[in-house]
Amino acid sequence: MSVAEPSSKVQASLPDALGRFGPFGGRYVPETLIDALNRFEAEYLQLKSDASFWAEIEGYLRDYVGRPSRITHVTRLTAHVGGAQIYLKREDLNHTGAHKINNAIGQCLMAKRMGKTRVIAETGAGQHGVATATACALFGLECTVYMGEEDIRRQKLNVFNMRTMGAQVVPVTSGSRTLRDATNEAMRDWMGSSSWTHYTIGSVVGPHPFPMIVRDFQSVIGNETRAQFLERFNALPDKVVACVGGGSNAAGMFYAFIPDKSVELVGAEAGGRGPISGEHASSLTQGKPGVLHGSLSYVLQTEEGQTEDVHSISAGLDYPGVGPEHAYWKDTGRVRYESITDKQALEAYNTLAKLEGILPALESSHAVAQAMIEAAKMSPDQRLVICLSGRGDKDAYEIARLRGEPM
Amino acid sequence: MNRIDALFARLRSEKRPALMPFLTAGDPDLETTKGLIEALSASGMADMFEIGVPYSDPIADGPVIAASYNRALVKGVHVDEILACLKGLRAGASPVDAPFVTMISFAIVHRIGVAKYLDDAKTAGVDGLIIPDLPVEEADELAKLAATRDIKLIQLITPTTPRDRALAIAKSTTGFIYYVSVAGITGERRALPEDLKDKVTWLRGQTDLPICIGFGISEPEHVKMLAPVADGLIVGSAIVRRVHDAAQSGATPQKIAGDVDAYVASLRKALEA
Repeated sequence: MSVAEPSSKVQASLPDALGRFGPFGGRYVPETLIDALNRFEAEYLQLKSDASFWAEIEGYLRDYVGRPSRITHVTRLTAHVGGAQIYLKREDLNHTGAHKINNAIGQCLMAKRMGKTRVIAETGAGQHGVATATACALFGLECTVYMGEEDIRRQKLNVFNMRTMGAQVVPVTSGSRTLRDATNEAMRDWMGSSSWTHYTIGSVVGPHPFPMIVRDFQSVIGNETRAQFLERFNALPDKVVACVGGGSNAAGMFYAFIPDKSVELVGAEAGGRGPISGEHASSLTQGKPGVLHGSLSYVLQTEEGQTEDVHSISAGLDYPGVGPEHAYWKDTGRVRYESITDKQALEAYNTLAKLEGILPALESSHAVAQAMIEAAKMSPDQRLVICLSGRGDKDAYEIARLRGEPM
Repeated sequence: MNRIDALFARLRSEKRPALMPFLTAGDPDLETTKGLIEALSASGMADMFEIGVPYSDPIADGPVIAASYNRALVKGVHVDEILACLKGLRAGASPVDAPFVTMISFAIVHRIGVAKYLDDAKTAGVDGLIIPDLPVEEADELAKLAATRDIKLIQLITPTTPRDRALAIAKSTTGFIYYVSVAGITGERRALPEDLKDKVTWLRGQTDLPICIGFGISEPEHVKMLAPVADGLIVGSAIVRRVHDAAQSGATPQKIAGDVDAYVASLRKALEA
């Protein structure tokens, strides 16, 4: 299953008709959901070649989200690290403060076209919940967001904002009370509501066609970055770094560069408190192929297939699985995945704040930390770009708590 | 002959549907699960048993069964212990002869290994499998391996399944069809959908396989209403809740088995009325 092919064999035209990326992906869900997935897939395949649909999305991304997001050369961080020139792809400057809005706009527009009146979502850090609540307010859709009780505690600001925009936020009290449990509850809701409700999954996870569709809606990140580099430097970046939880910002960033063999792609997973079971969320670097939430991918589970508890300082990376296309990229060797600890991520957060006046989300701080390690080994005439997937405002309370400082 | 085939052949001549209790293996412990199967089998109230193998992320299950899975996992129940328990029931002085169907997530089967799980289940006297997160498109390999071991692969048809798809599922199903009464998760419901009987009657005309109905069934009236169209009725959450409530109040395994037997007997009575 995990036989590494040379990266020249990696295909960009996946998944296949059954939703497979190599051996990964597929559709491991109850029969009750199959019809809804088939309808969603059929709608997407029809819209894929519908120029008016993409023009509508582009309009919202430009005039509402504020795209294209900028590329910032962070010169003081570059000097501090003393290696490659470091650039940020500024998804933190999007409306709602993260890349999640790219997918929420696309899926909620699809929900509307399919005649659904209600949208549900799961959320970890709350960024996908906020993005979905935002898109629902914009398009006049009813919105319910499932969120683990532990994450509600960690991300009060996002909960407040979702409710202000009219979304119902349902606390999930089962299991570890984080993203995985919120995903279970959203799927249970959809089992009984799919005739009028669309489930907007927030990452490149879940049953086919979600990993493909979320990737496609997020691929604007990589497409813009590629074009911006060619226009500005007449060259592609040498290296691209993104954080990986479920893996949506990384998939969106990497996808455009998959055929560009000269561009090295690096994903940073949540290493938590260290490589001990239950203390991290490094599915790709520590897990094994397994089934979770409807697809086959790398998963942190016991020898009997029970999902393991995970930990990350970042609520958005606190997930025991990862998108199946990342599993495929790992096994084909096209993307290298590394693990960044809570401590390294916090240091990177502080460094970027002090040197550049930019507060990254704790999720994105993992990418910054990995990029600092990578850039130090490169030469000053090389260029590295980080997907700065979100801004850190939402994390201020949690960081203050961890530092023992009053706000 | 597979015990499932034998059961339905017998019940067709008796002209009554099977009653199939669902039990969460290991809630509150495997000793209680074993006692329940022995008691319901000895009294003749249960014709077949659906054994739920606890899973950490059961998205098709409502709060009652999901919580029972969680309790069993917290107590540390393992798949090999569940299968050993079933194997023990097939041996001994008064062996249980009713069919065993394990309901198990594909996450577990995949990680253990499909062939290994099937071999182990066969050795334990398991007659059929329900894998709720393995839709027909993903089931080819497992279906072949199960067939060579004479283990039935029971597939689900639901109210959201289009008719042409239902026919394809019926073709690849063995043992019996599990018809899901409602679009939704498991759990007791006061009323079942009005068009349920019509949907099952249509399916009845398309296949010779026995059709068992599950999800939501908990009241004697449900049983009475569905008996004319069903070959079997599956009762899950209502039993799991009773087991848990009795265990919570400190009842012995014998007392728990007695309570559940009386409840299943009340459903059986509705069947005969």
